[in-house]
This record gives sequence, structure tokens and C-alpha cells, in this order.
Amino acid sequence: MAEELVLEFEVGGLDFAAVGEASGGVKRALQQVGMGASVVRRAAVCAFEVETNIVIHATRGVVRARISPERVVVEAEDEGPGIRDLELAMREGYSTAPAYIREMGFGAGMGFANMRRCSDSMEVSSEVGKGTRVRLVIEVGKP
Amino acid sequence: MTREEGGYFHSVRLDLDKCKGCTNCIKRCPVEAIRVREGKAQIMQERCIDCGECVRVCPNHAKYVVTDGLERLQDFRYRVALPAPAFYGQFRPDVPPGGVLAALLKAGFDGVFEVAVAAEAVTLAIRAYLERGMPRTARPLISSACPAVIRLMQVRFPSLLGHIIPVETPMEIAARLAKEEKAREWGVTPREIGAFFVAPCAAKVTAAKQPEGSPVSSVDGVLSMSAMYAEVLRRLPDVDLSAELHRSSGMGIGWGSAGGEGRAVGTGTVLAVDGIHNVVTVLEEVERGTLADVDFIEAQACVGGCIGGPLAVQNPFISRVRMRRLVEEYGGRAPGAGEAEVRRRFRQGFFDMVRPIAPRPVLRLDEDVTRAIRKMDRLEKTLARLPGLDCGACGSPTCRALAEDIVREKAFETDCIFQLREHLEELAERMVQLTRIVPPALSRERAPGGGGSGDPERRD
Ligand code: SF4
Ligand code: SF4
Repeated sequence: MAEELVLEFEVGGLDFAAVGEASGGVKRALQQVGMGASVVRRAAVCAFEVETNIVIHATRGVVRARISPERVVVEAEDEGPGIRDLELAMREGYSTAPAYIREMGFGAGMGFANMRRCSDSMEVSSEVGKGTRVRLVIEVGKP
Repeated sequence: MTREEGGYFHSVRLDLDKCKGCTNCIKRCPVEAIRVREGKAQIMQERCIDCGECVRVCPNHAKYVVTDGLERLQDFRYRVALPAPAFYGQFRPDVPPGGVLAALLKAGFDGVFEVAVAAEAVTLAIRAYLERGMPRTARPLISSACPAVIRLMQVRFPSLLGHIIPVETPMEIAARLAKEEKAREWGVTPREIGAFFVAPCAAKVTAAKQPEGSPVSSVDGVLSMSAMYAEVLRRLPDVDLSAELHRSSGMGIGWGSAGGEGRAVGTGTVLAVDGIHNVVTVLEEVERGTLADVDFIEAQACVGGCIGGPLAVQNPFISRVRMRRLVEEYGGRAPGAGEAEVRRRFRQGFFDMVRPIAPRPVLRLDEDVTRAIRKMDRLEKTLARLPGLDCGACGSPTCRALAEDIVREKAFETDCIFQLREHLEELAERMVQLTRIVPPALSRERAPGGGGSGDPERRD
């Protein structure tokens, strides 16, 4: 695609201090590009969720935003334990986050539910012991 | 003061003579609206939200807030002063609100109407609104009281504008109520009455000159709290401190400092945040949807709330103690605004903002998304070449902001001193090379270090 802007953010596992950098960057870029408020918000939520997932569960990863006039794609790839049971992980309220992380207010098991709510399509694939990939598409035309 | 030609009215201004171009202000601005160019600060008019951060932080006092002077009073046959609740907190503990109001009367007003009383009415109206609209509207709801926060949201959080409670602010309601009441009392028409707000901040000046929720404001003039502080102080010795002028209760007075509005509204889970940079972080959370368990957010741009406004005189920590004592002292009183009456008028729409608050998409790089994406791409590439030190020496607040300015054609890459140094280094090397070039007319022997082929070295 000709008019595609790719932004990439490295995210470190357990780097809670940096949570919000990737999603903040994606949000700012989308605002500067002139996307509508709802697209900006949905993409920011998606980026935030994939970003926190990496921080909570993985050793490291990357969050990428592909921005074109038609759609915003938020992708995440991480190196980490992967997800054993994808179906279970997608369930609202289900979380494998340890207690100390939940105490910080993260890992409430709403991540995938939020991603689904805010995206028009969602693909998740994972390999145990290797890592997880997430791809979320937000169509610009849709509300 | 009128709306500037075609632009946006701003109350925060810059005194070029005082500005030393020190770059202190550029870092504090929450919307990156300031640049230093040619040794002087510049405020990007379209971005500024009149929060007053730069007024507070400027060591040279080059940033100031324009307000109306007392001579504006002459434009009206009758005039009423509307002191912000925070005004009470500016004075010593032995000066009761009644004394402050009496002194205001002596300063050229025919009447006073406490904004604290309007704040009580607004409190009751918000409660009525929450009871009615709570289940359907976006949560958490955000207070409309601080105009700097509203303007911040227009620029940086447009997706949250629907969360703002569409109830008019105490300042606006005070002006409307004051005109009604005094017109009745004095047997004159409301048009003959000028309503003058005693303001803690620049944002309120802007809100009166250029309102967001209504097409016109009922506030006719905005006086600076610090100027009126001096006026009141001067007259205090001559007034009856026990004058029965004060009607507001703790509920309304409380609005003058952080947390007071939330306490007054008092329904559901309330989050109170003050300080514009803290407000940004909380609104980011709202945007992510992580605060769905909060019902109501009271957000104020100034640390401490309006007592911390850029036009306040007293140290905000001291006035907070004073405000708290006033709230306790008058806490038991019935509010100056009657509940049944407020509810009746609320139903009639008296408190409604009549037009939605629209986004101000000033951050976007281009009107056209495709072109904007291309510019964004250039911005990222430019940023990658900058050192990432955010030193501010270029006059832009961060390297990213400089990259943005370059893409907007408002700056050059060589404005970065590190980039400039690299360019100079290259240039110096190039010059050394140039010195080795021998003009063809000169003999081979005279060529310094020249050997090999007779051709002069040509590189490009
Ligand atoms: S008033 Fe606030 S928004 Fe405007 S330039 Fe100053 S710091 Fe920036
Ligand atoms: S907190 Fe109060 S004083 Fe400060 S900007 Fe907002 S309204 Fe003005």
C-alpha cells in the first residue's frame, strides 16, 4: 500500500513504568494524521491492551501501528510463554496474571474483550514457549 | 476586548520586551503551544488553552493575563460584582465573606452576587442531571466547570467531549441569576446591568469572552482577582465586617478549591484531580476505558483548584486551610439556592449548555488524511535524525515537536544545535577537501600534496 505509515514501539516485559508509551504514541500520531475521535480512541485502546499484555506476560515485544487513510492496524508480536488455551484467554474476566500484577490494577482479564470491542477484526495466534501475535484492524469508515 | 480578527480570543499574552527567550515556558505547556523563535517566545494561538501554566512559570513575568479594567464599569448604569468562591480564601481568617462583599460594594458596584450561590444551584442541577441521565450517558461524566480543562479536551481529548456534563458553569449561572435578581430588585432591565466576574484565572476570561456551551456569555466583564484583592484590602478598614451580605453555604464556597465540587455533588464515585498535567494523565485513563467504575470526575487545571489560579494572590496551601474553615463554618447552612426552584428551572433548561462542545483538531498535520500521513512519515524520519535529548535549545519543547515544526515548515533541521554541529563538521571536511583542489592553470609542483594524475581531485 502506498500511503501506509508504520510506527513501531519496543515494549519490555514487566516494564510497568513505560506502559502507555506505545499507545500514547499511536494516539498522538492518529490525532496528528487527522483521524476521527472514535478511530483514535479505539486504536489507542487496542494499542494499550496489546502493550500491557506484553508488559505483563512476555519478556519483550513490539507494538506496531499501520496507518492508512482506510484503516488502522495494530499489531503486537512478543517473545514469551505464549498462550496455552486461546479460547479460555479470550474469555472476559479470565486472566493468568499473577496476584501482584492484579494488585497494580492490571491483568483484570478484560484485555481481549476490550480489543474485540474496539476493533473490527481481531486475529490472535500463539505458540507455547515462543510467543504471541495479535492483529487488530480498525476500519476508518465504521463508527 | 473582542474576539481577535478571525482567530480565537486569548487572555494569555506575551510581553515581548520582558521575554528573554529563556525556554522555561515551552516545557510546561500541556499542548506544546509555545516556541521560542529569534530569542522570543511565541504562543501558537490556535493551540493555546489559556491554562496559565506559562504565566506561572515565566521567571521574567513576560506572560500575562488580560482582564478588564475597572473603567469598564462606566459602560453600564448598574453593575454587579460576581466574586469567585476562591476569592474568599484570599483574605485573612478574620475577614468573613460578608466583609469581602461589603468592600466590593464600596469599590464601585451597586450589588454583589456570589458565584458560590450559583455554584450551589449548579450543584443541585448536576444532581438532577445525574439522576436523569446517568444510565444512558457516557461514564465517567466530567465536570464542565474549569474552562481550561474543557479546552484541553477540545484539543487533546476530543473523543471525551461527550462525557462533559452539559450544565453551565457557576460563573455563567451567576451572571444570569444576578441580572434577574437585581433587575427585579432595582426595577431596571437586565440589559442595563453589567455583570463583572472576579476571576482567578485566564481561562475564565476566555470563557466569558468566547464561551463554549452557549453562543454568548452573560458575563460583561472579567476583573482580575489580584487587582480586586487590592481594591478590597484598601476598603476593608471602612466596612462593617458583619454585614449581612453573605448568603452562600459551605456547599458553594467549597467549589473554590480542589475536591469541593465533587464533595458538593456527592453522588456516586467521585474522582477529583487538579493540576493540568495530572488532568492529562487521568483523561488518558478515561480514554482507555479503565475508569468505568468512576461516576463523576472533577478536573481542575490549577493545583489546588481555583485558589491556585494564576490570578490568585494568596499561597494556595494557605488559602486551602482558609477555605476549609469557611466550608466548615457555613457547612450547616441551607444553600443560598433553593432546591425546588433549581429543579423547576433545570427542567425548563435554564442550566443547559445549549450547544455541544466541538473538537478543535489543531494537532493534525494536514486537512487531508493522505497528505497528513505522508507528513507524519516525514516527521518520524526527521525525528530519527534528531538526538532525542529534548533539550529545548532549538526553541521547540521536544525533539518530536521540532520534527513536527520542520514538517509544518516552521523550522529547519539545523535549528537543532547537534544537527547544526554535524553539518558544520561535514562542511569543515568539505572545506579541507576544497583546499586541496588545484586550479588547472597552476603547475603540478605547486599543488600542495598533489601527486599522481594531473587532474585535480574532484569529488562531489
Ligand atoms: S496558557 Fe497554557 S496552553 Fe496557553 S501557551 Fe500558556 S501554557 Fe500553553
Ligand atoms: S482550576 Fe479554576 S482557576 Fe484554574 S483554570 Fe480552572 S477554573 Fe481557572
